[in-house]
Amino acid sequence: MTNWIKTRNNTKLNLADIPELSINELRSEIISSALRPVGFFGKDWGMGRTKLFVILADDKNGELYVSSALFGAEEKSYECLTNEIPAFHIFEREFYEQFGIQPLNHPWLKPVRLNQDEYKFFEMNGEEVHQVAVGPIHAGVIEPGHFRFMCNGETVYHLEIMLGYQHRGVEELMLSNPSNQLAESICGDSVIAYNTAYSQVMEILKDIEIPQKAQLIRKAALEMERMAIHIGDLGAIAGDIAYLMGASVFGATRTLVINTMLEFSGSRFGRGLITVGGVNYDITEDKLQRALKTLEKVIKDVERMTNTMLKNSTVMSRLEKTGTISMERAKEAGLVGMAARAAGVDLDSRFDFPDKLLSELQIEKKFFKASGDVNSRFKLRYKEILQSYSIIKKIFAKMKDYTNDKICTDNNTGLSQNSLAISIVEGWRGEVVHIALTDDNRKLSRYKIKDPSFNNWYGLALAVRNNGVSDFPLCNKSFNLSYSGNDL
Amino acid sequence: MLILNLLILLFVPFLMAGVIKKTKAFWGGRQGASVLQPFYDFKKLLKKDFVISETTSQVFKIAPVISIVTVLFASLFIPLATGSALINITGGLIIFAYTLSLGKFFSLISAMDTGSSFEGMGASREACFTSIVEPAFFITIASIMALSGNYTFESLQNVLSNAGSYGILITIFAVVVLFLMILIEGSRVPVDDPATHLELTMIHEVMILDNSGSDLAFFTWANSIKMFLISSLIAYMIIPQSIAEWAYVLCYLAVMFVISVLIGTIESGMARIRMSHVFEFIFIMSSLALVVLALVTAKMFGG
Repeated sequence: MTNWIKTRNNTKLNLADIPELSINELRSEIISSALRPVGFFGKDWGMGRTKLFVILADDKNGELYVSSALFGAEEKSYECLTNEIPAFHIFEREFYEQFGIQPLNHPWLKPVRLNQDEYKFFEMNGEEVHQVAVGPIHAGVIEPGHFRFMCNGETVYHLEIMLGYQHRGVEELMLSNPSNQLAESICGDSVIAYNTAYSQVMEILKDIEIPQKAQLIRKAALEMERMAIHIGDLGAIAGDIAYLMGASVFGATRTLVINTMLEFSGSRFGRGLITVGGVNYDITEDKLQRALKTLEKVIKDVERMTNTMLKNSTVMSRLEKTGTISMERAKEAGLVGMAARAAGVDLDSRFDFPDKLLSELQIEKKFFKASGDVNSRFKLRYKEILQSYSIIKKIFAKMKDYTNDKICTDNNTGLSQNSLAISIVEGWRGEVVHIALTDDNRKLSRYKIKDPSFNNWYGLALAVRNNGVSDFPLCNKSFNLSYSGNDL
Repeated sequence: MLILNLLILLFVPFLMAGVIKKTKAFWGGRQGASVLQPFYDFKKLLKKDFVISETTSQVFKIAPVISIVTVLFASLFIPLATGSALINITGGLIIFAYTLSLGKFFSLISAMDTGSSFEGMGASREACFTSIVEPAFFITIASIMALSGNYTFESLQNVLSNAGSYGILITIFAVVVLFLMILIEGSRVPVDDPATHLELTMIHEVMILDNSGSDLAFFTWANSIKMFLISSLIAYMIIPQSIAEWAYVLCYLAVMFVISVLIGTIESGMARIRMSHVFEFIFIMSSLALVVLALVTAKMFGG
């Protein structure tokens, strides 16, 4: 891979060091590399030109490859990649929507976030075929999104999802007013993941090293977020199949976890905990002890309830073989994070991209044998809750070594010039990728965010095929994808 | 006595709904709302205005009233707390079943009248299930009636005492059939989930999605009266007629209470069946109905 610059997670590159290829060269390089895309975005390059940056991940070796291509003012199209590598379909659609450069022969150039009204949905013909349109406004408290089912009786043949109703222009806001407050408001259920990724990007660009204690607190908070949301999701899955007891027990235990977060940071979802340069709140010894005691109780309850549910035949008959997505399909569609792992894809950026702290704490990656159905996603959540708990325990034990340490360093230095910084954080849903570019004036000139939902929404559409339409809510809960993370 | 029956008809359906909710709260470790809450909800809904979709016709407006009138009319044929029905005639079973069906027919076409794809799906599911439940109900009750030769609901009373060991078996199976019918017709777990907010999974709830105010109140009330009427049949089958009148009323209320607690417990302890497997569940009811028929045949023509 000579036309690429090799780098690692949480590092910065000089923009001048990034190779610039012609789009056709870049295209054939991407196809021959057979690596997974984590970034594929444009930047306005002045005089009507657009520069396309591509970041590929080599998960086996924990490396990232960056390259770019420049489109002149007249060049408004290129041969698409999606036909070769389907995982690029959403990236190319986004690039087209943001910069108007058309990927030729793209099989499905559907809007990602804008102009929903102009799109014509797929239609199935047939006397017994009917369409069910749901949303964008739903019953209850869920975010807006439009779902259109092509059904024959109770069976779903195809589902099309239309999103973008939550588009707030976050990437532009990041340029005019970059702040921790903004970063943690992008996706309300992944506050810690987003804020960590943002802070890391800024710290890389500012060349600051954060104290070890802050590092520990961030990691513990990230795992607590994972635990809390996973427990909540187990409860939501139980609720969807009308298994009342599961819904109540998981609901109550999730509250204990987020209330512990409340003690740490003053917010149940950890808002305001993380800042550029470290963290805002120290966790004192007595708080640690209390938290440990609470979490122990939580784990006991979760274990007992999960085992009760897994033994209940009526529950299992709903979970097993519902919403299945095969490993081949998951890889092909480019799924990431928890949804991919539940289909047997070995992908966890916490471990794939080496992390000094995790290896110091001797935390190892565990492979999960999975079949890609709702049951797998249910069980994987349970396993991850247990894993997060053991990580939290190790981190809390380690924190005793740093009792009187600083939790935040000075963060008033300016950003580096003409750089590109990448930070990938494995939130509970999957990899949260933040990429920032700076200009001559030490100002952010482009901020790119990729939520795991961006990859995974299409996975949900694949998973519900040939399932009953009444099982859709269950499949949807088992993925629990973000609308606001996708819509930005 | 008539006044007592009237009071029971007006209040017990609400109380049963309340007891079911309270039981679910108990199993979920919550305190739960008062058992009178369904009654308060009903009162609240009656006071509310309603919104009627522009796409609907007259059918949508008259359906709630027909629904409540038909169940109230059907209740005349069912023996309540006094142990005898107000109208006790031969063929009361047929009037009872088809009056209920008339109400259901109107609630189905009113759901389809809205033109909503959800409500269409709900109506199709409900129609499907009803078409299997109805024959099972007829087979069970009609065979018991044939046993005594008295084609009124009164004949249910005599099975347990007059038909010996066959009578006990017939009663047990018939009670299970009727109990399953409560779960199916009353839209309870494991067939339907009355507590869900997910339109795509609903059956009964989705059909009344467009109804509001007193229309909604009537539909909900009609549904709980329907459950109450079938429960009354169970009570009528198992409480001996020979006991004193006040004791009969107490036993009757106790049976209602037990049935509600049982429904609440089932709802807390099991998940809902996958939609494609619901038929298998309803066929349990049909096959038990056939068992009742077989037992009756054996009793009448066998040894």
